Amino acid sequence: MQKNLNKEILGKVVFLTGNADVAAELPYVPARVPFEDRVVSFLNGVSRELMSDREAKAYSDVITFAFWIRNSSMLKLKERFEKTDSVVRLGKGVAFHIAPSNVPVNFAYSLAAGLITGNANVVRVPSKDFPQVGILARAFNKVLQEFIDMKPYVLLVRYRRDKDINDLFSSVADTRIVWGGDATIAELRRSALLPRSGEITFADRYSFAVIDSDSYMEIYEKEKIADDFYNDTYFTDQNACTSPRVIIWIGSRIQEAKKNFWTILHGLVEKKYSFQPIQGVNKLISAYLISALQPGCRIEPHTDNLIVRVNIPQITGELMELKDDSGYFFEYDCSDIMDIKKLCDDKRCQTVAYIGDKSTVLPLIKAGVKGIDRVVPVGKTMDFDLIWDGYNLPALLTRTVIFA
Amino acid sequence: MTFEEILRLPPYSLPREEKEKLLTKRLKELTVMHRENCPEYARILESIGFDVTEVGSYTELPFLPVRMFKEMELRSVPKEEVVKTMTSSGTTGQAVSRIYLDCTTSSNQQKTMVKIVNDFTGSSRMPMIIIDCPSVVKNRVMFSARGAGILGFSIFGAEKMYALDDNMKLDVEGLGEFLDKYKDQRILLFGFTFMIWQHFYEELLRLKEQGTVFNLSNGILIHGGGWKKLVSKAVSCEEFHKRLEEACGLRSIHDYYGMAEQTGCIYMECECGHLHASNFSDVIVRRPIDFAECKIGETGIVQVVSTIPESYPGHSLLTEDEGVILGEDDCPCGRKGKYFKINGRLKNAEIRGCSDTYAEKFK
Repeated sequence: MQKNLNKEILGKVVFLTGNADVAAELPYVPARVPFEDRVVSFLNGVSRELMSDREAKAYSDVITFAFWIRNSSMLKLKERFEKTDSVVRLGKGVAFHIAPSNVPVNFAYSLAAGLITGNANVVRVPSKDFPQVGILARAFNKVLQEFIDMKPYVLLVRYRRDKDINDLFSSVADTRIVWGGDATIAELRRSALLPRSGEITFADRYSFAVIDSDSYMEIYEKEKIADDFYNDTYFTDQNACTSPRVIIWIGSRIQEAKKNFWTILHGLVEKKYSFQPIQGVNKLISAYLISALQPGCRIEPHTDNLIVRVNIPQITGELMELKDDSGYFFEYDCSDIMDIKKLCDDKRCQTVAYIGDKSTVLPLIKAGVKGIDRVVPVGKTMDFDLIWDGYNLPALLTRTVIFA
Repeated sequence: MTFEEILRLPPYSLPREEKEKLLTKRLKELTVMHRENCPEYARILESIGFDVTEVGSYTELPFLPVRMFKEMELRSVPKEEVVKTMTSSGTTGQAVSRIYLDCTTSSNQQKTMVKIVNDFTGSSRMPMIIIDCPSVVKNRVMFSARGAGILGFSIFGAEKMYALDDNMKLDVEGLGEFLDKYKDQRILLFGFTFMIWQHFYEELLRLKEQGTVFNLSNGILIHGGGWKKLVSKAVSCEEFHKRLEEACGLRSIHDYYGMAEQTGCIYMECECGHLHASNFSDVIVRRPIDFAECKIGETGIVQVVSTIPESYPGHSLLTEDEGVILGEDDCPCGRKGKYFKINGRLKNAEIRGCSDTYAEKFK
């Protein structure tokens, strides 16, 4: 059995839920069965708490999370993931989560995934002081007062980059979940894991969209599509791993569709997006850089710097080295979907957002590309699921006991 | 139009319309020239469907963001003709700009600077105190902006001394001797704003408290490099002037704005405290949202154009500085052209996203 955790190192940690004493006992917390009623009720309690929190209403990301952890949503997941064959499943034990520093609510999803699969969780929340973090911690704390038995399972912590603390939590983790990209993963890899422990790493990824111009032109509610696409991109400054960076246009009405799509989006961006002066300069640099390096690029004329689009003559393997964010799009007019193979045959390629028929993308996947972990409709790129980034989280966060 | 023609005019002589005509002609020619000689630049113009015949004024010409010179090599002359490569003063770990100079461009930079600075100092050379250490100019193959600035200004000095040693300590004895020797003459002082404050002014102040006072009331100080580090010390431009005068009697103090990417075309601060554009160059302030030209008094992003660059496509550049045009042709100092103020650098973007490395990139 593990010995207790070093109190001196724990002293450097700020606890948003729980405390150092609870953390010190982590190695002894019993694992639970996935989708246990008690955990489902607990999460439902947090959901209700958030739904009735006035401050939370101002944050759509917090409300979306609250919806995701409510009873009915968790029971749906239970149906999808619970197996009835002759095995017993159990959480692996302790999950140590490192949340990304610049996404406010991601840590809560990671925590919920760890909880619902039966694990005790230590979650390092973003170092930046997002109001959402406070709201969520408050809700968890409140519900923990009723669910005292859940206290050892929910430890929200905050600390500056510190290898000692990483070492400490890693030394008791059965699963380490690292968000925040390549650099953060490299940093955490310096802290050893136990021999039987596993790691789930969310590396730097990129995403793109495939839009069938014919399908798009037939959609009546084009404003709704713009809204969805806005949420996929501008809502996270087009800098989430799921944000489309390239738009692949297919079908026979490409020019017409582009005109409609971008005009409607522009109106929305103008209304909703808070533009920072340096973003215009950055996008100009990116557009000129690719144009200077690759002959045949065309920077689409634009009346302002909210949307910058570069039409590229072919998809190269280096394209994503030149990507940018905050409303910067590569566009490719595509007549054969296999033309974009290089974009997909890359381990960094994550989500394909589509408008039209998703089976268009299937030949690429069947060609054995190294990327593409999600194919989802436009508007759904950020929808968290227990299968995420190519990982089946319930499978990775549980132990399967043969009970023959 | 050749550069020589522009060089013949007094540097602050052209009123708006004449200057616009001159800049439009020269800068259009430079745009075409760089398109013919720098393939990367040509492809950029191609990507925006640029047509020089549609250009009515130089303000309509495309501008390259200065950071482009950090991202890639942009050169309009064969490698063999490059006589100097200037680098920008990037902080350690950051990419630096590489600016390739041939004989013509390098020589025109110097001639331009002489014309501009002489308008403030007169044409005779003066004894000169360089408020920096000698080692900063040692590497002559790769010029840092600091080294280049010092060498550039050194042509205005007859007898020269470095006021600081390589440990950035003030050479009190040397300074005393130098001032004794030239006590009845006008003395030129040159240095970087922050260094002057940190290593010169603060030392003079300390010496003054101990009873040693240097008299620089005959001096003319030219300084540049920006105020960023002094803002963090809460030192304003007015404060800088006032405190230096109190410490050593220095009254003639001129800031200048300039960058390695457009060496030669510096913007000198006049007696009224305004930065001035000369005939050789201009400043256009642009709205961040659509890069449209700002009105006088409206803050925006600074674009600089220069008639000098022939060896690299840097005649029209978008900086990352924020500034404001204060007026044109009507500064009380009598100089024609635009006068303006620089507010500082644009703020780095604060953006969301899954990957933590992004924040690092802009640290």
